[in-house]
Amino acid sequence: MGDVSAQHSLKVSVWRGKESGHLQTFEVPRLESQTVLDVVSHIQRSLDPTLSYRFACRVGMCGSCAMNVNGRARWTCRTHVSEVAVRDALEVRPLSNLPVIKDLVTDMAPFFDKWARARGRFRGAQTRRDDFAKVSPESPERRFADAAIECIGCGVCYSSCDVVAWNKDYLGPAALNRAWALVNDVRDTERRARLTAVAGDAGCHACHTHMSCTERCPKHISPTASIAGLKRAAMAAALKGELDDG
Amino acid sequence: MKSDSRARSHPAYWAFVVHRASGVFLALFLPLHFWALGQALQGAARLDAFLRWTEQPLVKAGETLLVLLLAAHLAGGLRLLALEFLSWRDWQKGLLAAAAGASLAAGLLFALNVY
Amino acid sequence: MGDGELSVRSQVLLWAAQRISAAVLAVCVVVHLATLIYAVRNGLTAAEILGRTRGNAGWFTFYAVFVLAVSVHAPIGLRTVISETLAWRGRGLEWTVFAIGIALAFLGFRAVWAVFL
Repeated sequence: MGDVSAQHSLKVSVWRGKESGHLQTFEVPRLESQTVLDVVSHIQRSLDPTLSYRFACRVGMCGSCAMNVNGRARWTCRTHVSEVAVRDALEVRPLSNLPVIKDLVTDMAPFFDKWARARGRFRGAQTRRDDFAKVSPESPERRFADAAIECIGCGVCYSSCDVVAWNKDYLGPAALNRAWALVNDVRDTERRARLTAVAGDAGCHACHTHMSCTERCPKHISPTASIAGLKRAAMAAALKGELDDG
Repeated sequence: MKSDSRARSHPAYWAFVVHRASGVFLALFLPLHFWALGQALQGAARLDAFLRWTEQPLVKAGETLLVLLLAAHLAGGLRLLALEFLSWRDWQKGLLAAAAGASLAAGLLFALNVY
Repeated sequence: MGDGELSVRSQVLLWAAQRISAAVLAVCVVVHLATLIYAVRNGLTAAEILGRTRGNAGWFTFYAVFVLAVSVHAPIGLRTVISETLAWRGRGLEWTVFAIGIALAFLGFRAVWAVFL
Protein backbone atom coordinates (compact mmCIF):
# COMPACT_ATOMS: atom_id res chain seq x y z
CA MET A 1 0.00 0.00 0.00
CA GLY A 2 1.11 3.65 -0.07
CA ASP A 3 3.23 5.65 2.33
CA VAL A 4 2.23 5.66 5.98
CA SER A 5 1.15 9.27 6.56
CA ALA A 6 0.34 10.08 10.18
CA GLN A 7 0.22 7.23 12.68
CA HIS A 8 -3.50 6.84 12.09
CA SER A 9 -5.49 3.72 12.66
CA LEU A 10 -8.84 2.71 11.30
CA LYS A 11 -11.34 0.88 13.46
CA VAL A 12 -13.01 -1.53 11.08
CA SER A 13 -16.06 -3.53 12.19
CA VAL A 14 -16.58 -6.52 9.96
CA TRP A 15 -19.52 -8.91 9.89
CA ARG A 16 -18.65 -12.48 10.90
CA GLY A 17 -20.96 -15.44 10.62
CA LYS A 18 -24.08 -15.98 8.56
CA GLU A 19 -27.48 -14.29 8.92
CA SER A 20 -26.92 -14.40 12.63
CA GLY A 21 -23.43 -13.50 13.70
CA HIS A 22 -21.59 -10.54 15.10
CA LEU A 23 -19.37 -7.62 14.20
CA GLN A 24 -15.68 -8.12 14.85
CA THR A 25 -13.51 -5.04 15.15
CA PHE A 26 -9.99 -4.82 13.76
CA GLU A 27 -7.42 -2.04 13.92
CA VAL A 28 -5.96 -1.34 10.48
CA PRO A 29 -3.22 1.18 9.59
CA ARG A 30 -4.77 4.13 7.81
CA LEU A 31 -2.93 5.09 4.66
CA GLU A 32 -3.38 7.55 1.83
CA SER A 33 -5.35 6.42 -1.22
CA GLN A 34 -6.70 3.40 0.57
CA THR A 35 -9.82 1.63 -0.63
CA VAL A 36 -12.18 -0.41 1.50
CA LEU A 37 -11.08 -3.48 -0.45
CA ASP A 38 -7.48 -2.73 0.55
CA VAL A 39 -8.62 -2.64 4.17
CA VAL A 40 -10.55 -5.92 3.99
CA SER A 41 -7.63 -7.59 2.20
CA HIS A 42 -5.23 -6.37 4.87
CA ILE A 43 -7.42 -7.86 7.58
CA GLN A 44 -7.60 -11.25 5.89
CA ARG A 45 -3.92 -11.40 5.00
CA SER A 46 -2.34 -9.97 8.13
CA LEU A 47 -4.83 -10.13 10.96
CA ASP A 48 -7.37 -12.92 10.54
CA PRO A 49 -7.01 -15.45 7.71
CA THR A 50 -10.44 -16.92 8.48
CA LEU A 51 -12.25 -13.84 7.10
CA SER A 52 -14.18 -14.66 3.90
CA TYR A 53 -14.76 -12.07 1.22
CA ARG A 54 -14.97 -11.80 -2.57
CA PHE A 55 -13.11 -9.79 -5.16
CA ALA A 56 -11.64 -10.31 -8.61
CA CYS A 57 -10.53 -7.47 -10.86
CA ARG A 58 -9.90 -4.83 -8.14
CA VAL A 59 -10.44 -2.09 -10.73
CA GLY A 60 -14.19 -1.52 -10.90
CA MET A 61 -15.08 -3.75 -13.83
CA CYS A 62 -16.42 -7.01 -12.43
CA GLY A 63 -18.65 -6.02 -9.50
CA SER A 64 -17.55 -8.99 -7.35
CA CYS A 65 -16.43 -6.86 -4.40
CA ALA A 66 -19.83 -5.29 -3.69
CA MET A 67 -20.56 -5.02 0.05
CA ASN A 68 -22.44 -2.81 2.49
CA VAL A 69 -20.09 -0.10 3.72
CA ASN A 70 -21.47 2.08 6.55
CA GLY A 71 -24.94 1.03 5.51
CA ARG A 72 -24.58 1.61 1.75
CA ALA A 73 -24.09 -1.03 -0.93
CA ARG A 74 -21.03 -0.16 -3.00
CA TRP A 75 -18.02 -1.57 -4.84
CA THR A 76 -15.32 -1.73 -2.20
CA CYS A 77 -12.51 -1.52 -4.75
CA ARG A 78 -13.81 1.87 -5.89
CA THR A 79 -14.64 3.22 -2.45
CA HIS A 80 -11.90 5.31 -0.92
CA VAL A 81 -11.70 5.07 2.84
CA SER A 82 -11.42 8.85 2.99
CA GLU A 83 -14.88 9.07 1.34
CA VAL A 84 -16.67 6.90 3.86
CA ALA A 85 -14.79 6.68 7.14
CA VAL A 86 -16.54 8.46 9.97
CA ARG A 87 -14.08 9.49 12.70
CA ASP A 88 -11.64 6.80 11.56
CA ALA A 89 -14.30 4.08 11.78
CA LEU A 90 -15.87 1.82 9.18
CA GLU A 91 -18.52 -0.86 9.23
CA VAL A 92 -18.45 -3.52 6.51
CA ARG A 93 -21.29 -6.00 6.06
CA PRO A 94 -22.36 -8.33 3.26
CA LEU A 95 -24.94 -7.21 0.68
CA SER A 96 -28.54 -7.09 1.91
CA ASN A 97 -31.47 -9.16 0.64
CA LEU A 98 -29.30 -12.21 -0.09
CA PRO A 99 -28.45 -15.31 1.96
CA VAL A 100 -25.10 -15.03 3.69
CA ILE A 101 -22.70 -17.91 3.03
CA LYS A 102 -20.03 -16.67 5.39
CA ASP A 103 -18.89 -13.28 6.65
CA LEU A 104 -18.88 -10.89 3.69
CA VAL A 105 -19.80 -13.48 1.07
CA THR A 106 -23.42 -13.73 -0.09
CA ASP A 107 -25.09 -16.40 -2.16
CA MET A 108 -25.79 -14.72 -5.48
CA ALA A 109 -27.91 -17.62 -6.73
CA PRO A 110 -31.30 -16.01 -5.88
CA PHE A 111 -30.20 -12.87 -7.72
CA PHE A 112 -29.37 -14.81 -10.88
CA ASP A 113 -32.36 -17.13 -10.52
CA LYS A 114 -34.58 -14.06 -10.73
CA TRP A 115 -32.57 -12.88 -13.74
CA ALA A 116 -33.45 -16.17 -15.43
CA ARG A 117 -37.11 -15.98 -14.28
CA ALA A 118 -37.32 -12.57 -15.94
CA ARG A 119 -36.09 -14.23 -19.15
CA GLY A 120 -32.98 -12.12 -19.06
CA ARG A 121 -31.39 -13.89 -21.97
CA PHE A 122 -31.50 -13.29 -25.69
CA ARG A 123 -33.28 -15.64 -28.08
CA GLY A 124 -32.84 -14.93 -31.77
CA ALA A 125 -34.15 -16.49 -34.95
CA GLN A 126 -31.18 -15.91 -37.23
CA THR A 127 -28.39 -18.34 -37.97
CA ARG A 128 -24.83 -17.79 -39.11
CA ARG A 129 -26.00 -18.21 -42.68
CA ASP A 130 -28.25 -15.16 -42.44
CA ASP A 131 -27.07 -11.64 -43.04
CA PHE A 132 -26.29 -9.34 -40.09
CA ALA A 133 -29.26 -7.70 -38.45
CA LYS A 134 -29.25 -4.01 -39.22
CA VAL A 135 -30.08 -2.00 -36.11
CA SER A 136 -29.70 1.75 -36.19
CA PRO A 137 -28.06 3.08 -33.02
CA GLU A 138 -30.31 6.13 -33.34
CA SER A 139 -33.53 4.16 -33.27
CA PRO A 140 -35.64 4.67 -30.11
CA GLU A 141 -35.46 0.96 -29.21
CA ARG A 142 -31.68 0.88 -29.50
CA ARG A 143 -31.38 4.02 -27.37
CA PHE A 144 -33.45 2.37 -24.64
CA ALA A 145 -31.42 -0.82 -24.88
CA ASP A 146 -28.13 1.08 -24.78
CA ALA A 147 -29.18 2.96 -21.65
CA ALA A 148 -29.71 -0.35 -19.87
CA ILE A 149 -27.09 -2.62 -21.39
CA GLU A 150 -24.05 -1.84 -19.25
CA CYS A 151 -25.23 -3.81 -16.21
CA ILE A 152 -22.60 -6.26 -14.91
CA GLY A 153 -24.83 -7.97 -12.36
CA CYS A 154 -23.05 -6.74 -9.23
CA GLY A 155 -26.14 -6.83 -7.02
CA VAL A 156 -25.80 -3.33 -5.54
CA CYS A 157 -29.25 -2.28 -6.77
CA TYR A 158 -30.82 -5.51 -5.52
CA SER A 159 -29.26 -4.96 -2.11
CA SER A 160 -30.54 -1.37 -1.99
CA CYS A 161 -34.14 -2.10 -2.96
CA ASP A 162 -36.82 -1.98 -0.26
CA VAL A 163 -39.39 -3.80 -2.38
CA VAL A 164 -36.96 -6.72 -2.69
CA ALA A 165 -36.89 -6.76 1.11
CA TRP A 166 -40.69 -6.51 1.44
CA ASN A 167 -41.69 -8.92 -1.35
CA LYS A 168 -39.63 -12.08 -1.62
CA ASP A 169 -40.98 -12.84 -5.09
CA TYR A 170 -40.08 -9.44 -6.53
CA LEU A 171 -37.71 -9.95 -9.45
CA GLY A 172 -35.69 -6.88 -8.57
CA PRO A 173 -34.17 -3.95 -10.46
CA ALA A 174 -31.31 -5.75 -12.22
CA ALA A 175 -33.37 -8.59 -13.67
CA LEU A 176 -36.08 -6.18 -14.80
CA ASN A 177 -33.54 -3.79 -16.26
CA ARG A 178 -32.08 -6.64 -18.32
CA ALA A 179 -35.55 -7.70 -19.45
CA TRP A 180 -36.19 -4.14 -20.66
CA ALA A 181 -32.94 -4.11 -22.62
CA LEU A 182 -34.04 -7.32 -24.35
CA VAL A 183 -37.59 -6.12 -24.94
CA ASN A 184 -35.95 -3.35 -26.94
CA ASP A 185 -33.71 -5.72 -28.87
CA VAL A 186 -35.50 -5.92 -32.20
CA ARG A 187 -33.81 -9.23 -33.04
CA ASP A 188 -35.24 -10.99 -29.97
CA THR A 189 -38.12 -13.41 -30.48
CA GLU A 190 -39.37 -13.85 -26.90
CA ARG A 191 -41.18 -10.58 -26.32
CA ARG A 192 -44.53 -12.08 -25.36
CA ALA A 193 -43.14 -14.66 -22.94
CA ARG A 194 -40.77 -12.12 -21.46
CA LEU A 195 -43.48 -9.50 -20.84
CA THR A 196 -45.58 -12.19 -19.18
CA ALA A 197 -42.62 -13.14 -17.01
CA VAL A 198 -41.91 -9.59 -15.83
CA ALA A 199 -45.47 -8.31 -15.37
CA GLY A 200 -47.60 -8.39 -12.24
CA ASP A 201 -47.21 -8.30 -8.47
CA ALA A 202 -43.80 -9.98 -8.52
CA GLY A 203 -42.60 -8.03 -11.51
CA CYS A 204 -42.34 -4.51 -12.79
CA HIS A 205 -45.70 -3.47 -11.31
CA ALA A 206 -44.36 -3.90 -7.79
CA CYS A 207 -41.83 -1.10 -8.29
CA HIS A 208 -42.77 1.97 -6.24
CA THR A 209 -40.27 4.31 -7.82
CA HIS A 210 -38.17 4.70 -4.67
CA MET A 211 -35.24 5.02 -7.07
CA SER A 212 -32.80 3.62 -4.54
CA CYS A 213 -31.43 1.43 -7.33
CA THR A 214 -30.80 4.47 -9.52
CA GLU A 215 -29.18 6.30 -6.59
CA ARG A 216 -26.77 3.44 -5.94
CA CYS A 217 -25.93 1.94 -9.33
CA PRO A 218 -22.17 2.29 -9.85
CA LYS A 219 -22.70 2.26 -13.64
CA HIS A 220 -25.28 5.07 -13.42
CA ILE A 221 -27.99 2.96 -14.97
CA SER A 222 -31.57 3.80 -14.03
CA PRO A 223 -33.45 0.55 -13.47
CA THR A 224 -36.44 2.70 -12.48
CA ALA A 225 -36.59 4.09 -16.01
CA SER A 226 -36.35 0.60 -17.49
CA ILE A 227 -39.07 -0.66 -15.17
CA ALA A 228 -41.32 2.26 -16.16
CA GLY A 229 -40.85 1.16 -19.77
CA LEU A 230 -41.82 -2.39 -18.85
CA LYS A 231 -44.96 -1.11 -17.10
CA ARG A 232 -46.07 0.61 -20.28
CA ALA A 233 -45.25 -2.35 -22.48
CA ALA A 234 -46.97 -4.81 -20.15
CA MET A 235 -50.12 -2.70 -19.88
CA ALA A 236 -50.35 -2.41 -23.65
CA ALA A 237 -49.88 -6.16 -23.99
CA ALA A 238 -52.49 -6.92 -21.31
CA LEU A 239 -55.08 -4.65 -22.92
CA LYS A 240 -54.46 -6.26 -26.30
CA GLY A 241 -54.67 -9.78 -24.85
CA GLU A 242 -51.02 -10.40 -25.67
CA LEU A 243 -49.99 -11.73 -22.28
CA ASP A 244 -49.78 -15.47 -21.69
CA ASP A 245 -51.28 -16.97 -18.54
CA GLY A 246 -48.41 -16.42 -16.14
CA MET B 1 -30.49 -8.57 6.96
CA LYS B 2 -32.37 -5.29 6.70
CA SER B 3 -31.84 -2.99 3.75
CA ASP B 4 -29.31 -0.29 4.37
CA SER B 5 -30.55 2.83 6.05
CA ARG B 6 -29.13 5.39 3.68
CA ALA B 7 -31.09 4.26 0.64
CA ARG B 8 -33.93 6.16 2.28
CA SER B 9 -32.49 9.62 2.43
CA HIS B 10 -33.06 10.71 -1.15
CA PRO B 11 -36.03 12.77 -2.37
CA ALA B 12 -37.69 10.02 -4.40
CA TYR B 13 -37.92 7.92 -1.26
CA TRP B 14 -39.56 10.69 0.75
CA ALA B 15 -42.01 11.13 -2.12
CA PHE B 16 -42.92 7.46 -1.76
CA VAL B 17 -43.39 7.71 2.00
CA VAL B 18 -45.58 10.82 1.72
CA HIS B 19 -47.61 9.22 -1.04
CA ARG B 20 -48.19 5.96 0.83
CA ALA B 21 -48.91 7.59 4.20
CA SER B 22 -51.29 10.16 2.70
CA GLY B 23 -53.09 7.42 0.75
CA VAL B 24 -53.62 5.31 3.85
CA PHE B 25 -54.85 8.26 5.93
CA LEU B 26 -57.22 9.39 3.18
CA ALA B 27 -58.57 5.86 2.83
CA LEU B 28 -59.25 5.78 6.58
CA PHE B 29 -60.83 9.25 6.49
CA LEU B 30 -63.15 8.60 3.57
CA PRO B 31 -65.80 6.51 5.38
CA LEU B 32 -66.08 9.28 8.01
CA HIS B 33 -66.45 11.86 5.28
CA PHE B 34 -69.20 9.88 3.56
CA TRP B 35 -70.97 9.25 6.85
CA ALA B 36 -70.90 12.96 7.71
CA LEU B 37 -72.39 13.97 4.38
CA GLY B 38 -74.93 11.17 4.70
CA GLN B 39 -76.27 13.05 7.72
CA ALA B 40 -78.12 15.21 5.21
CA LEU B 41 -80.48 12.28 4.76
CA GLN B 42 -81.93 13.28 8.08
CA GLY B 43 -82.38 16.84 6.96
CA ALA B 44 -80.28 19.95 6.58
CA ALA B 45 -80.43 20.68 10.32
CA ARG B 46 -78.59 17.45 11.07
CA LEU B 47 -75.85 18.36 8.62
CA ASP B 48 -75.63 21.86 10.08
CA ALA B 49 -75.22 20.44 13.58
CA PHE B 50 -72.29 18.43 12.37
CA LEU B 51 -70.77 21.38 10.49
CA ARG B 52 -70.95 23.52 13.59
CA TRP B 53 -68.98 20.85 15.44
CA THR B 54 -66.25 21.18 12.82
CA GLU B 55 -65.85 24.87 13.58
CA GLN B 56 -63.62 24.03 16.55
CA PRO B 57 -59.98 25.10 15.97
CA LEU B 58 -58.66 21.58 16.50
CA VAL B 59 -61.03 20.15 13.90
CA LYS B 60 -60.12 22.93 11.49
CA ALA B 61 -56.46 22.05 11.99
CA GLY B 62 -57.32 18.45 11.19
CA GLU B 63 -59.16 19.55 8.07
CA THR B 64 -56.19 21.61 6.97
CA LEU B 65 -54.00 18.59 7.41
CA LEU B 66 -56.40 16.49 5.35
CA VAL B 67 -56.38 19.05 2.56
CA LEU B 68 -52.59 18.97 2.62
CA LEU B 69 -52.63 15.18 2.47
CA LEU B 70 -55.09 15.20 -0.41
CA ALA B 71 -53.08 17.77 -2.36
CA ALA B 72 -49.85 15.87 -1.64
CA HIS B 73 -51.35 12.57 -2.75
CA LEU B 74 -52.65 14.22 -5.93
CA ALA B 75 -49.35 15.90 -6.72
CA GLY B 76 -47.35 12.76 -5.98
CA GLY B 77 -49.74 10.74 -8.08
CA LEU B 78 -49.43 13.09 -11.05
CA ARG B 79 -45.66 12.87 -10.72
CA LEU B 80 -45.88 9.04 -10.80
CA LEU B 81 -48.16 9.07 -13.82
CA ALA B 82 -45.66 11.31 -15.59
CA LEU B 83 -42.72 9.08 -14.66
CA GLU B 84 -44.51 5.92 -15.72
CA PHE B 85 -46.27 7.02 -18.86
CA LEU B 86 -44.17 9.75 -20.38
CA SER B 87 -40.70 9.17 -21.69
CA TRP B 88 -38.11 9.26 -18.96
CA ARG B 89 -36.84 12.70 -18.24
CA ASP B 90 -33.67 13.68 -16.43
CA TRP B 91 -35.43 16.44 -14.59
CA GLN B 92 -37.72 14.21 -12.52
CA LYS B 93 -36.34 15.87 -9.40
CA GLY B 94 -37.90 19.03 -10.78
CA LEU B 95 -41.22 17.21 -10.92
CA LEU B 96 -40.90 16.39 -7.26
CA ALA B 97 -40.22 19.97 -6.29
CA ALA B 98 -43.19 21.15 -8.37
CA ALA B 99 -45.44 18.58 -6.74
CA ALA B 100 -44.37 19.54 -3.24
CA GLY B 101 -44.83 23.21 -4.01
CA ALA B 102 -48.29 22.76 -5.45
CA SER B 103 -49.50 20.72 -2.46
CA LEU B 104 -48.24 23.26 0.03
CA ALA B 105 -49.94 26.04 -1.93
CA ALA B 106 -53.27 24.22 -1.82
CA GLY B 107 -52.93 23.56 1.91
CA LEU B 108 -52.06 27.17 2.56
CA LEU B 109 -55.00 28.47 0.58
CA PHE B 110 -57.34 26.27 2.55
CA ALA B 111 -55.87 27.31 5.87
CA LEU B 112 -56.20 30.97 4.95
CA ASN B 113 -59.83 30.52 4.00
CA VAL B 114 -60.97 28.36 6.84
CA TYR B 115 -59.57 30.38 9.72
CA MET C 1 -48.75 -19.39 -9.96
CA GLY C 2 -49.68 -20.03 -6.35
CA ASP C 3 -53.05 -21.21 -5.16
CA GLY C 4 -55.54 -18.37 -4.87
CA GLU C 5 -53.33 -15.96 -6.78
CA LEU C 6 -54.61 -13.87 -9.64
CA SER C 7 -53.32 -14.51 -13.16
CA VAL C 8 -50.61 -12.20 -14.46
CA ARG C 9 -53.07 -10.60 -16.85
CA SER C 10 -55.48 -9.84 -13.96
CA GLN C 11 -52.66 -8.36 -11.89
CA VAL C 12 -51.66 -6.10 -14.76
CA LEU C 13 -55.28 -5.06 -15.34
CA LEU C 14 -55.64 -4.23 -11.62
CA TRP C 15 -52.59 -2.02 -11.92
CA ALA C 16 -54.00 -0.42 -15.07
CA ALA C 17 -57.35 0.18 -13.32
CA GLN C 18 -55.42 1.89 -10.51
CA ARG C 19 -53.65 4.23 -12.93
CA ILE C 20 -56.77 4.96 -14.99
CA SER C 21 -58.86 5.69 -11.89
CA ALA C 22 -55.97 7.86 -10.72
CA ALA C 23 -56.22 9.95 -13.86
CA VAL C 24 -59.99 10.35 -13.36
CA LEU C 25 -59.43 11.24 -9.71
CA ALA C 26 -56.84 13.83 -10.67
CA VAL C 27 -59.57 15.82 -12.40
CA CYS C 28 -62.12 15.18 -9.63
CA VAL C 29 -59.74 16.15 -6.85
CA VAL C 30 -58.69 19.40 -8.52
CA VAL C 31 -62.36 20.36 -8.85
CA HIS C 32 -63.06 19.20 -5.30
CA LEU C 33 -60.14 21.15 -3.82
CA ALA C 34 -61.15 24.29 -5.66
CA THR C 35 -64.77 23.87 -4.56
CA LEU C 36 -64.01 23.30 -0.92
CA ILE C 37 -61.42 26.06 -0.68
CA TYR C 38 -64.06 28.39 -2.09
CA ALA C 39 -66.85 26.99 0.07
CA VAL C 40 -65.11 27.36 3.44
CA ARG C 41 -64.80 31.11 3.05
CA ASN C 42 -67.00 32.74 5.69
CA GLY C 43 -67.83 29.39 7.28
CA LEU C 44 -69.47 26.27 5.94
CA THR C 45 -73.21 25.69 6.29
CA ALA C 46 -75.55 22.96 5.18
CA ALA C 47 -77.52 25.54 3.27
CA GLU C 48 -74.47 26.47 1.20
CA ILE C 49 -73.57 22.88 0.37
CA LEU C 50 -77.12 21.76 -0.33
CA GLY C 51 -77.86 24.94 -2.24
CA ARG C 52 -75.24 23.78 -4.69
CA THR C 53 -76.03 20.09 -4.85
CA ARG C 54 -79.78 19.70 -4.28
CA GLY C 55 -81.54 18.68 -7.46
CA ASN C 56 -78.44 19.45 -9.48
CA ALA C 57 -77.79 16.72 -12.05
CA GLY C 58 -74.35 18.11 -12.86
CA TRP C 59 -73.00 17.87 -9.32
CA PHE C 60 -74.73 14.53 -8.85
CA THR C 61 -72.96 13.10 -11.88
CA PHE C 62 -69.66 14.62 -10.84
CA TYR C 63 -69.78 13.15 -7.33
CA ALA C 64 -71.05 9.79 -8.61
CA VAL C 65 -68.05 9.52 -10.92
CA PHE C 66 -65.81 10.64 -8.04
CA VAL C 67 -67.18 7.92 -5.74
CA LEU C 68 -66.85 5.25 -8.43
CA ALA C 69 -63.24 6.17 -9.15
CA VAL C 70 -62.32 6.22 -5.45
CA SER C 71 -64.00 2.85 -4.90
CA VAL C 72 -61.68 1.39 -7.55
CA HIS C 73 -58.55 3.31 -6.61
CA ALA C 74 -58.45 3.01 -2.82
CA PRO C 75 -58.89 -0.77 -2.47
CA ILE C 76 -56.24 -1.56 -5.09
CA GLY C 77 -53.84 0.80 -3.33
CA LEU C 78 -54.62 -0.71 0.06
CA ARG C 79 -54.09 -4.18 -1.41
CA THR C 80 -50.45 -3.32 -2.17
CA VAL C 81 -49.85 -1.62 1.17
CA ILE C 82 -51.33 -4.54 3.10
CA SER C 83 -49.48 -7.23 1.16
CA GLU C 84 -46.15 -5.43 1.63
CA THR C 85 -46.63 -4.46 5.27
CA LEU C 86 -48.31 -7.60 6.59
CA ALA C 87 -46.98 -10.07 3.99
CA TRP C 88 -50.58 -11.16 3.39
CA ARG C 89 -51.41 -12.62 -0.05
CA GLY C 90 -54.01 -14.75 -1.76
CA ARG C 91 -57.78 -15.09 -1.78
CA GLY C 92 -58.30 -13.68 1.70
CA LEU C 93 -56.67 -10.41 0.77
CA GLU C 94 -58.45 -10.13 -2.59
CA TRP C 95 -61.87 -10.61 -1.02
CA THR C 96 -61.06 -8.19 1.83
CA VAL C 97 -60.09 -5.33 -0.45
CA PHE C 98 -63.05 -6.09 -2.69
CA ALA C 99 -65.30 -5.77 0.35
CA ILE C 100 -63.63 -2.45 1.22
CA GLY C 101 -64.40 -1.26 -2.30
CA ILE C 102 -68.03 -2.25 -2.00
CA ALA C 103 -68.31 -0.56 1.39
CA LEU C 104 -66.78 2.66 0.09
CA ALA C 105 -69.08 2.64 -2.93
CA PHE C 106 -72.13 2.07 -0.74
CA LEU C 107 -71.29 4.82 1.76
CA GLY C 108 -70.21 7.12 -1.03
CA PHE C 109 -73.30 6.76 -3.19
CA ARG C 110 -75.42 7.14 -0.08
CA ALA C 111 -73.68 10.46 0.61
CA VAL C 112 -74.08 11.62 -2.99
CA TRP C 113 -77.76 10.78 -2.82
CA ALA C 114 -78.07 12.50 0.56
CA VAL C 115 -76.95 15.86 -0.80
CA PHE C 116 -78.86 15.51 -4.03
CA LEU C 117 -82.25 14.82 -2.47
